[in-house]
Amino acid sequence: MDVLRKEILPFVALTCLKTDRFKTACMSLNLLTGLTRETASQNALIPGVLRRGTVSHPDMDSLARALDELYGAKIEPAVRKLGEIQSIGFCAEFTDDAFLPPGSRVAERIAALMGELLISPNTRGGLFLPAYVDGERQKLIERIQGRMNEKRGYSLMRLREFMCPFEDYAVDVFGSVDQAEAIGYQKLTKHYKAILAASPIEIFYIGSLSFETVEGALKAALLNLPRGEADTELGTDIRMNSVEEGPRYFTEVLDVTQGKLAVGFRLGKCMENPDLAALRVFNAIYGGSVTSKLFMNVREKLSLCYFASSFLDLFKGLMLVSSGIEFEKYDQALSEILAQLDAVRTGDFTAEDLTYAKKYVSSSLASIEDSPAELESFYLAHTVMGEDCSPMDLSLLAESVTAGEVTEIARGIECDAVYFLKGITEEETHDDQ
Amino acid sequence: MTTNNYPAIRETLYSETLPNGLTVLVARKPGYRKSFALFATDYGGADRRYTDGGAWTDSPAGVAHFLEHKLFDMPDGGNALATLSNNGASPNAYTGSAITAYHFESDRGFDENLRTLLNFVSTPYFTEESVKKEQGIIGQEIRMIEDSPGFVVFMNLMRCLYAEGPLRDSVAGTVDSIAQITPETLYSCHRAFYNPSNMVLCVVGDVNPEAVLKTALEILPAEHRDAPRRDYGPSAGETLAQSRASAAMEVSAPQFLFGCKIAPAPAGEPRLRQQLLAKLAANCLMGPSSPFYLDLYEKGLLSADFEHETEYAGGSAHFLAGGESRDPEAVFEALMKELARVFEKGVDEALFSRQKKALFGEKLRELDDFDDLGRELAQGKFDGFCAFDVFPVLESIDCAQVSDFIRSVFLPERFALSVVTPKAR
Repeated sequence: MDVLRKEILPFVALTCLKTDRFKTACMSLNLLTGLTRETASQNALIPGVLRRGTVSHPDMDSLARALDELYGAKIEPAVRKLGEIQSIGFCAEFTDDAFLPPGSRVAERIAALMGELLISPNTRGGLFLPAYVDGERQKLIERIQGRMNEKRGYSLMRLREFMCPFEDYAVDVFGSVDQAEAIGYQKLTKHYKAILAASPIEIFYIGSLSFETVEGALKAALLNLPRGEADTELGTDIRMNSVEEGPRYFTEVLDVTQGKLAVGFRLGKCMENPDLAALRVFNAIYGGSVTSKLFMNVREKLSLCYFASSFLDLFKGLMLVSSGIEFEKYDQALSEILAQLDAVRTGDFTAEDLTYAKKYVSSSLASIEDSPAELESFYLAHTVMGEDCSPMDLSLLAESVTAGEVTEIARGIECDAVYFLKGITEEETHDDQ
Repeated sequence: MTTNNYPAIRETLYSETLPNGLTVLVARKPGYRKSFALFATDYGGADRRYTDGGAWTDSPAGVAHFLEHKLFDMPDGGNALATLSNNGASPNAYTGSAITAYHFESDRGFDENLRTLLNFVSTPYFTEESVKKEQGIIGQEIRMIEDSPGFVVFMNLMRCLYAEGPLRDSVAGTVDSIAQITPETLYSCHRAFYNPSNMVLCVVGDVNPEAVLKTALEILPAEHRDAPRRDYGPSAGETLAQSRASAAMEVSAPQFLFGCKIAPAPAGEPRLRQQLLAKLAANCLMGPSSPFYLDLYEKGLLSADFEHETEYAGGSAHFLAGGESRDPEAVFEALMKELARVFEKGVDEALFSRQKKALFGEKLRELDDFDDLGRELAQGKFDGFCAFDVFPVLESIDCAQVSDFIRSVFLPERFALSVVTPKAR
């Protein structure tokens, strides 16, 4: 697979992954902007509003017809959080031209459509249509309020909020209900014009077309893209230490039958010069695989929970542990989660454990090369992190990670915050009496 | 092995039925690093009452799922999930109402991993102690599921559609029902349903099909036994047990699911055709390009989370659609209106034409997803058809057939609505 990244317009870069293997082609267009409390909701709203209609396809019906004609192509608003960067734009999935009747030229037409969605929205008097803004704003609010419906994700969101209250990282990718409610069509149009001119743009394409063909289609599509002073100061603030000497504890009560325990750690020293392969192997050993210390001990041996796993946020330099437990098991489960990290710190894992973890990481990374969606996600993340490597590069590096590298990572990690979501108990229901 | 080439979609399928009755399907994908293997049995949560040649046996709710968890234990004390993971594979398993499947994806050591897969699934090993421990773990899983509004809205709809029968119970069972499971229950169900003639092995990747066959012949029992028979109870036809169900939970906005039963077409091409008709009918009636959806989207009554699907299980089939809405009854009323309109006027030709083209594109893209393809091949086999036949069958469907389908299946009085509403605080 050929990979090429080049700037095609001022602060607009195209990464083209040329391959003949897939029947599915992908294209994503991403505006990068800083994640802040004040702008997150406005940013999150923009792709949805743009998606409601363009100059030549003024409503969703017209857009739906155009996409169905392109063999059921999909273009969806994309709002993503990459540490303290908010990425907004569109992700398109469509059938690769190599598998369609000659002359279909779906990829080029998708590029044109995406360009239109971005820079030629349906407006009146130069402003977004109030009905479109009102409608999408309501949906955004419902989405934010819906965060509490899936309790595992909710507990991780709350952990982030409690752990990083003075860091932009705590801001949810959709912002907040308060911020969203304050958005009107005039203010939003103004904000849209500002970020359209100032945001660096990363475009990804995976499919059978050449870089030159895709570049040509995109340059034509983005001919009228306004470009002003680019916001080049984007990045994520990595805090090395926990906020206080010891972990901070937070508890919340909701009507749930299973408790959710989420623990937040700062990765610390290893983030000075992050070794992406070694970090992944460490995570696989600690809690990121079915042969990890968390899975084998907290779940299997002690039956303390139904799930217990860890994952890393390499943008922010954090490790988050998530587990589902019975309310009474809180102390035991927390104690074990911390004890297992201590075990990794002291090298209490076998050569076999290390080999298995390396194999698992190496395989997972290699398999990214077989999925257009995973490739897009990988390259967006690594481009933003400033890392120039392919999944295969990391896959090979993972195979030579040492036990020493793993324990060194673990030794620099500090527990910063603990969040526990528990159910309503007898005492709480009789509180008024 | 039989080789079927599908040049239009650039796929090749190798197939063979072993003397022991197992069907092996290999979709070769040249140039891919990873391979995917799925070993499935035509056995799920709905298969509670069965006979393996002898007397009829009744099993408690949750056995198929319990068995799925426990099969990973090996007699030598090892765990197949760990064995596969340690060898660089990504293993997993799932149990539905009609199927239980074990699968892995790996980019190296495929043959070794395949051997592990075939071995552990065909080797039953259960003890009193391990059953007890699993009751604890699954009990936790059940609690987690019970907290999920999606699960509650679905189970309540099933109870609206089915007055009796196994589809009224959750695939995982309840804490009480799984308490009744003993090692004997598991051995009996394994013997009956994990019988090669009741199973299928699907492999997707750049593999040697003959080598896959050879491994399967080596590892699996040679004996051929007939597949078990199941009894799903009397069919209540299309009448509803009840038309509404409601529950209150900690959710931010009402979650809803509506649906109706479908009399399943006979296995084979008729069933594949019915599934495609249902999909096209649903896309034309309420898909993201339909007037119904676009109108309700603009009114703020539906969002992009609105989805539909059709499931076949327990000798029956049902169509389901739902998502989140601030006013599910309004959505339901709009559906009834739209059905009445389409009953009268038929499906719009141009809309149908676009949906057919779009579905073709989608089905083509789905071929890239090894997991999806493996599952489609397996489920297709159990339903009597080859998943790749979706393309010629789709091609043969016209607008009139879709309109006819809607008029005969989506009758207003057959629909029930289940809602989960936010708890008053």
